[in-house]
Amino acid sequence: MDFVDYYKLLGIEKTATPKEIKSAYRKLARKHHPDLNPNDKDAKRKFQQINEANEVLSDPEKRKKYDQYGKDWQHSEQFEKQQQYQNQNRPSQSGGSRYSQTQSDGDFSDFFESMFGGARGAGRSRQVKYRGEDYTTELQLELIDAYKTHKQTLNVNGEKIRITVPAGIENGQTIKIAGHGGKGINGGPDGDLYITFLISNHPDFKRSGNDLYTTVDLDLYKAVLGGEITIETLSGKVKLNVKPETQNGNKVKLKNKGFPVYKSEGQYGDLYVTYSIKIPTNLSEKQKELFNQLSEM
Amino acid sequence: METEYLIAIEEFCTSHNIEISFISSLQQSGLIEITTKKESSFIEADQLKQLEKYVRLYYEMDINLEGIETINYLLQRIGSMQDEIRILRNRLRVYENE
Repeated sequence: MDFVDYYKLLGIEKTATPKEIKSAYRKLARKHHPDLNPNDKDAKRKFQQINEANEVLSDPEKRKKYDQYGKDWQHSEQFEKQQQYQNQNRPSQSGGSRYSQTQSDGDFSDFFESMFGGARGAGRSRQVKYRGEDYTTELQLELIDAYKTHKQTLNVNGEKIRITVPAGIENGQTIKIAGHGGKGINGGPDGDLYITFLISNHPDFKRSGNDLYTTVDLDLYKAVLGGEITIETLSGKVKLNVKPETQNGNKVKLKNKGFPVYKSEGQYGDLYVTYSIKIPTNLSEKQKELFNQLSEM
Repeated sequence: METEYLIAIEEFCTSHNIEISFISSLQQSGLIEITTKKESSFIEADQLKQLEKYVRLYYEMDINLEGIETINYLLQRIGSMQDEIRILRNRLRVYENE
């Protein structure tokens, strides 16, 4: 992880006063705070950086160390002890700042990551929290899965949660599972788990709200003369009467054969069937002759 | 009888180190609802998330009550627009060839 310039992050000079730091932090927090940017992962990441910068720069002790030791500020105590030791044993050596400067050129880069962990941990402990953090997750479903109420097991942060997915859930819809988020602090309630459903398109059925759309092939003879065909629906096969002289692209509605209405048991949308009339190919001589006769009538 | 989960305002304020007057202002603005029982004030547990958000906006981001009201209104509008976008996107999928 690269060195993070907290001053640059907050857009302030190294000489900034505590008031200027506070003001810069608040200005950026108003822009990137997750409360003001719900479901925006970029804003959340940016806010964490700003928060971290504020955590260090608004604390005089931490800021002093950060300014003095740069990226290795967290280990400044270690430096100071080493520096003291060096000075005691080799009094001829020049001041500690030179020593620490040399070390910080690269020897302590491994400490850098741990420094951020420490900074964030400190930030959390300072914040007053009551209710647990909300968790968000996504769940991929096939259209057919969303057709029936079913149970599914999710793994959220190592914890297995069994949920009921109600029939009729929509693509992009989010449901709340109360109390399955982060643990509450100081006896407060746990946060909630928000699950957003991502439903894949079906090769044969398209969904719009509670209605389904499908296209079925119809041979020319049945389209002209009418008759009975069997078509697939999500609830099984159904027989359909085709009217004589059906045109290509004609649509019929099958009432209640669409998608279940969310949380309304027994209610369904409609299924719209569009006919795609197939012209016969590889005609025999006899068939061609009969078509000719028809065309001349 | 349905169980009500209530949080004492006083306890909330102590835990968050904030003034009770702030909660009263939120109530006067219609941003939260307060339940009074036996002369003590409570908020329902399902309002806690919102209330904590208002506390952060006010105390951490220095946004005044009028600002919170505006933000709340705009976030609600964003929420309904996001719902509408979701519905429209799903409708568009009918015309997608996948």
